[in-house]
Amino acid sequence: MNPNLKWKALFILVVILFCIYFLLGLPTFPTSLAQVKDNFSHQIKLGLDLQGGTHLILQVQVQEAIAQETDQTVDRLTNELRTRNIHYEEVRRVDDTHILVRNIDPSQLGQFRDLVTAQYANVWDLTPAAGDPSGYTLTLRPGAIAQIQESTMAQSLETIERRINALGLTEPTIQRRGGRNENEILVQLPGEGDPTRAKSVIQAGGQLELRLVEDPRSYPSQSEALAAHGGILPAGTELVPGRSETRTPSGAPDTSEAWYVLSRAPVVTGRDLRTAVENRNTNNPGQWQVNFTLSPEAARRFGPFTQQNISRQMAIVLDHRVYSAPVINGRIDDSGMIEGSFSQDTAHDLALVLRAGALPASIKYLEERTVGPSLGADSIRHGVQASVLSLVVVMLFMLVYYRLSGGNAVLALILNLIILLAVLALFGAVLTLPGIAGVILTIGMGVDSNVLVFERIREELRNGKSPGSAVEAGFSKAFLTIIDTHVTTVVSAFFLFLFGTGPIRGFAITLTIGLIANVFTAIYVSKTIFQYHLAKMDRQAELSI
Amino acid sequence: MIELFKQPNIDWMGKAKYFYALSGILLLAGWISIFVNGGLRYGIDFKGGTNVDVRFAQAPNVDKLRSGLAAQGLGNTEIQSISDIANPNSNEVLIFVEGKNQDEQDLDASRVKVLNALNATYGVSTSSRADFNSATPTTLAAALAEKDPLFLSVNAGDRYTQLAKKILDYRDKNANGVLTNFDDLSKVDGVTPAVLAATKNSYALGPFAIRNVEIVGPKVGAELRTQAILVTLYALGGMLVYIAFRFEWVYGAAAVLAVFHDVLITLGFFSLLHFEISLTVIAALLTLVGYSMNDTIVIFDRIRENNRLLRKESFADVVNKSINQTLSRTILTSGLTFLTVLVLFLMGGQVLRAFSFALVVGIVVGTYSSFGIAAPLVVAWNHWRGRGVAASTGPAAGNKTRGSENVSGRLAPVGRR
Repeated sequence: MNPNLKWKALFILVVILFCIYFLLGLPTFPTSLAQVKDNFSHQIKLGLDLQGGTHLILQVQVQEAIAQETDQTVDRLTNELRTRNIHYEEVRRVDDTHILVRNIDPSQLGQFRDLVTAQYANVWDLTPAAGDPSGYTLTLRPGAIAQIQESTMAQSLETIERRINALGLTEPTIQRRGGRNENEILVQLPGEGDPTRAKSVIQAGGQLELRLVEDPRSYPSQSEALAAHGGILPAGTELVPGRSETRTPSGAPDTSEAWYVLSRAPVVTGRDLRTAVENRNTNNPGQWQVNFTLSPEAARRFGPFTQQNISRQMAIVLDHRVYSAPVINGRIDDSGMIEGSFSQDTAHDLALVLRAGALPASIKYLEERTVGPSLGADSIRHGVQASVLSLVVVMLFMLVYYRLSGGNAVLALILNLIILLAVLALFGAVLTLPGIAGVILTIGMGVDSNVLVFERIREELRNGKSPGSAVEAGFSKAFLTIIDTHVTTVVSAFFLFLFGTGPIRGFAITLTIGLIANVFTAIYVSKTIFQYHLAKMDRQAELSI
Repeated sequence: MIELFKQPNIDWMGKAKYFYALSGILLLAGWISIFVNGGLRYGIDFKGGTNVDVRFAQAPNVDKLRSGLAAQGLGNTEIQSISDIANPNSNEVLIFVEGKNQDEQDLDASRVKVLNALNATYGVSTSSRADFNSATPTTLAAALAEKDPLFLSVNAGDRYTQLAKKILDYRDKNANGVLTNFDDLSKVDGVTPAVLAATKNSYALGPFAIRNVEIVGPKVGAELRTQAILVTLYALGGMLVYIAFRFEWVYGAAAVLAVFHDVLITLGFFSLLHFEISLTVIAALLTLVGYSMNDTIVIFDRIRENNRLLRKESFADVVNKSINQTLSRTILTSGLTFLTVLVLFLMGGQVLRAFSFALVVGIVVGTYSSFGIAAPLVVAWNHWRGRGVAASTGPAAGNKTRGSENVSGRLAPVGRR
């Protein structure tokens, strides 16, 4: 026998064994049938549509972080101008990326320019304001915007990751998605049939601040609060809404809205927290609260601060809402609590969010898909049943129609599937429902290649060629056609992969792998089997095709 | 040897006008239907909105459900029953709430409203126990651990977690997601009467289970729509370039036109039979593009090969011969692939219904278009060009009939020039 043929056969055998080992032999070599099954389901990961779970696409409102940067710059600039005694009429935020400074004292213009170039030039561009000879516009640089965007996205991703990991779900996926300016994050929670809780944990702002209350009274509305101060709040304060602290005559807590006048600068923020834990509310047994402790540095600040402000009120502000405003009764070093109408779950989630840190900007949900476990199980059952049934039908037909050669085709098809699954496992790709459809189409294309070759061989035999040369001619003539058809399909699959998302991509991946495997099995393997058979059989015998 | 066709000898090109007429009728029928229906029916992927897929224990009363939804302020809902041949009494309903003018902020609102409506219409109001049909492995395991029916106390480990998984696996796989009788659980391995009693004690059987929720915001919907169109165009363009490179640009153009024709006819059938276009349907359309292209290329390859061998024959005859030679392959492959997708259509479950429908139609149309549209187009172009060339070289060209291809205009593959 041709030694070349032996090498080919050996090569094919090695490929098959490698694929089977990869599918069933990892991660631990199986010693029982159950382990084989376990290994297989470990290697072939199922997509959300098959195992059930939640798929969320959320968008980080980066614009908020940019607006915040502008706000902070306005505050900083105002302070700087005051301390340097530079006179001006107004420093105003025009929009998210522009600040206008009006009517600067003409003799101090040089001083103003020097200040801005020295302190703000790497982030802000300074240009003369239109229609105001002594005014300037500060424009946030594109580079700085991009940097804010980048850091906001990175921080959001990290925070969301910490929060979701704290929820203790299995194998969550959290990744950035879409183009640079889409600011989108994809969250996949396999096996999670009800995303309500995960969603609220992800979306929670988690911005905790402890601020001094500047006015002991609280007001039922914003306008009343303003009226009480003659229309202008004291410098460095702002109005923050919250719940009223008073109780109704019957003793039940008053749930009506209340506005507090708070100092703008927080004494302590969420970053100063060391831990946060939910606990039963000692005064109100049915309710829960969140106790927190501060980091040592924050405690060093907080201790003296509370000492100085005994008998004043301290507001606990979460996501720009006052939760409570207790009176400071004595020096507090490092602990506090957040009271509210929390259940055990909501208190637990709040503590979790506080531990994981605040989001730099708020979040909107763009898309949500939840597949219940029973639908996933249904889909697998249907998909596998359909695949197996079509495979059996196709194989039976090939065996009846092409007899022994049909067996060759059946072998090529099975091998094709094994390689396809092994490559999927190798790349860690997940099998989705459209992926199963891709597998079924691969079966179709595989049959097509075999039929093309076999019909060609039959034609050559009809033209009177010997079995050996008919096989040779059949393969070589069908080869170009097979390559052409496969390349065109791969070209379209390539575009599907490049521009498609989710289900379309899964489909494109399985189809492409299947097609490449098919060129190998339907041409290389099938031809080797034919040659093997031809080498062994009687020269005069007819080919069973 | 079993053979479908011994030596077929059909004059395909002579029937070209019938093919054109047939395609014209199919195109017209489909697109009139699209026009009458006011456009294609887009699925949730492309129009945005909320889909809630619910399975009930008993056949649901759709009118009652509709008024329940209306009571929650959801007037513009579509309720669609889901059933298939494998499972005719699935008691499954798909509720769609349009989200056209909805802001992203209240994406969740309609989901909550649908759930409220379901609870109000069918809810277990008499019982304060949790609904078993919406229990998750974690909650069930916790409930079992609390009751501790196996008296494991501190040694429980993950025994109850494993048991909870098995019980819910039974609910999801054997009871289709909605258990109607607790006693069925005794079939589950490891469920002792005590476990069963503990489960009954902690849970009630809700009359429905949510199987699937899809919420797509308007932004994502619009994005996906553009993306789908772009992907299709890019894929077609890529194929055109490849075929133009491998054959000649006319072949590429004819193949792409034929494939385009397939997509249009398939879309027409979608409208005629009220199927929705979803993201997976786009994947199916692109598969059909690849598949139909496949068929066309097989024939074109044969034409190219025969062109070299049969220099004496007219181009139309060469094409006829090529189609006849590849006919048994065409029928075999298409037949088998058709069978495969038919199985998928009948058994693939509702998620793959529209997908496999596109392929069922597409494979028939795609096979037909390779000999009915693509090949005749190449012959027609060849004929037209041949006459044009002949007219410029001699006056006799004008009254030539079908034999004109003899004179010139044989399309040659790139390699032969």
